[in-house]
Amino acid sequence: MNCDNVLEIKRLNISFMTDKKKINAINNVAFKIKKGEILGLVGESGSGKSITSLSILGLLPSPPAVIEESEILFHDLDLIQASEQQMQKIRGNRISMIFQEPMTSLNPLYTVGNQLLESVQKHQSLSKSEANDICIHTLKSVGLARAEAIMNEYPHQLSGGMRQRVMIAMAMVCQPEILIADEPTTALDVTIQSQILKLMKELNEKTGTSVLFITHDLGVVAEICHRVIVMYGGRIVEEGSVLDVFKNPQHPYTRGLLKSVPDIRNKQDKLYAIPGSVPKPGSIQKGCYFAPRCEFAKDICFENEPEFVQLTEDGHRSRCFLNENVGGATKNDK
Amino acid sequence: MKNEEIVEKEKTPFREFWESFRANRLALVGLGIVFFFIVIAIFAPLLTSYAPDSQNLADRLLPPSASHYFGTDDFGRDLFTRVVYGARLSLWVGFLSVLGSALIGTFLGIVAGYYGKWLDTIISRFFDILLAFPSILLAIAIVAILGPSLQNALIAIAIVNVPTFGRLVRSKVLSVKQEEYILAARAIGMGDTRILTHHILPNSIAPVIVQGTLAIATAIIEAAALGFLGMGAQAPMPEWGKMLADSRQYLTDAPGTLFFPGFAIMFTVLGFNLIGDGLRDALDPKMK
Repeated sequence: MNCDNVLEIKRLNISFMTDKKKINAINNVAFKIKKGEILGLVGESGSGKSITSLSILGLLPSPPAVIEESEILFHDLDLIQASEQQMQKIRGNRISMIFQEPMTSLNPLYTVGNQLLESVQKHQSLSKSEANDICIHTLKSVGLARAEAIMNEYPHQLSGGMRQRVMIAMAMVCQPEILIADEPTTALDVTIQSQILKLMKELNEKTGTSVLFITHDLGVVAEICHRVIVMYGGRIVEEGSVLDVFKNPQHPYTRGLLKSVPDIRNKQDKLYAIPGSVPKPGSIQKGCYFAPRCEFAKDICFENEPEFVQLTEDGHRSRCFLNENVGGATKNDK
Repeated sequence: MKNEEIVEKEKTPFREFWESFRANRLALVGLGIVFFFIVIAIFAPLLTSYAPDSQNLADRLLPPSASHYFGTDDFGRDLFTRVVYGARLSLWVGFLSVLGSALIGTFLGIVAGYYGKWLDTIISRFFDILLAFPSILLAIAIVAILGPSLQNALIAIAIVNVPTFGRLVRSKVLSVKQEEYILAARAIGMGDTRILTHHILPNSIAPVIVQGTLAIATAIIEAAALGFLGMGAQAPMPEWGKMLADSRQYLTDAPGTLFFPGFAIMFTVLGFNLIGDGLRDALDPKMK
């Protein structure tokens, strides 16, 4: 059971230092990524998704970020304690990352080939022509048929979708064990979006690379993820298989999110939105973080923070007081 | 299919820059002027049969004529020869001092911008102190310490211009290091040195090129000013500023001794300024 986890975040606490105050942004986040799975990380803007992903690669600027009492296990190595040299060997080689903005993620002054080779030659000792072959092969595997020509082209000569393919190629060129994708389709239009999603799913199936897929788009999660984690205010509020979470959401926030997805079949006058907005980090001192926006909130919700309870045997978990009594009722209403 | 839609003519970044620069008439004029002075400086011995410091006291302060195109100065030296040889000195001081201040300034600016924290504080305060002095006053002070000579004037001008480059690069680095491709480079495992030299430096250098061209103009003026004040080139060097200083007494008798070196300074400086403005427009992505 334990050996098929590629990455295990045992606990993660991140704060940001402002002038004098320390503001907590990530609170006791813990999850595992299994080998070969696509794990979705969902939440509104400001829920801590990107910070979590950056902290895995040790890319959070510190200061102002402070990581305390945290442990991220990649095989036997604690990535929090790892030295900069160790991290440089892991980044791009065993864990790699793609970003939201394909337009700005490539250095405008170098050709695509130049940037791909940079990554390959950093991590593998290969001759120039061998490295070149690998790059062209990787570009072809991400669906760029003109790979040889693209190697000599500058980023500004490519379209957004092609650039994101190049970014994926850059991330995949060393065949990493984990690919962290931070909203890779947000900046793309819908047709390109579905091509990129299809590509990522194919790569996942072909190479067995685990994917941590960060998004705020539940439709995307349903399309490609195996498991999903819902984050709110720097905490995990619900975790489970995509089927469980979508069919049988337990946390009111997850339910709100699912309700907010517009449905073309029933004509609504008004689109549903969860009232209020994400609380500013540090503004809520006690109780459940979601309570002020929750329609089911009771007195206890403002006093104590609920535990993260396991609901089913295959790991569907939720952080809500309702699950303990109301949970039974909601479980059946599908 | 989607791969074919963007097969267009390939433009290298340099080519793109040149096309935009070429469209600017004034910049081309500037380039012409500077090119003209560079050619004069290189081929100085071929342009004149006199030596710049050969005196002929019988021919003092002659007006322009066929044998002395610009006339002669108070020692009977051929003014045309001296102005032509002076181009060597002024361009040399201009290029070399700016190269020096650009190298030092860029290095300090990158270190301050990239590493930040206490290094940034120290370097930035150092720049502030240098900038607190009027530049010509600081140059004079430095020359006063080192002793007056053209070489020391060059060093003084280089030092005075360091903070301009340093601040410029620092601010550019501060914005470039926030770019996503820097984070992406980090995410594929690049170390600090590699990111600095391959990603930050090339993306921060464009304003340095513009500032460098404009600074050459200022440096030439400052060298002439130091020469004029007796703090730069020493007699008998044919330095334009020094020539201006020597001409003061004979202003009414031989106005040529003032005009010709003066025009030479004016035109080189104008040339570099026009190029600088053209470069700024051509390299600024917002103007396209």
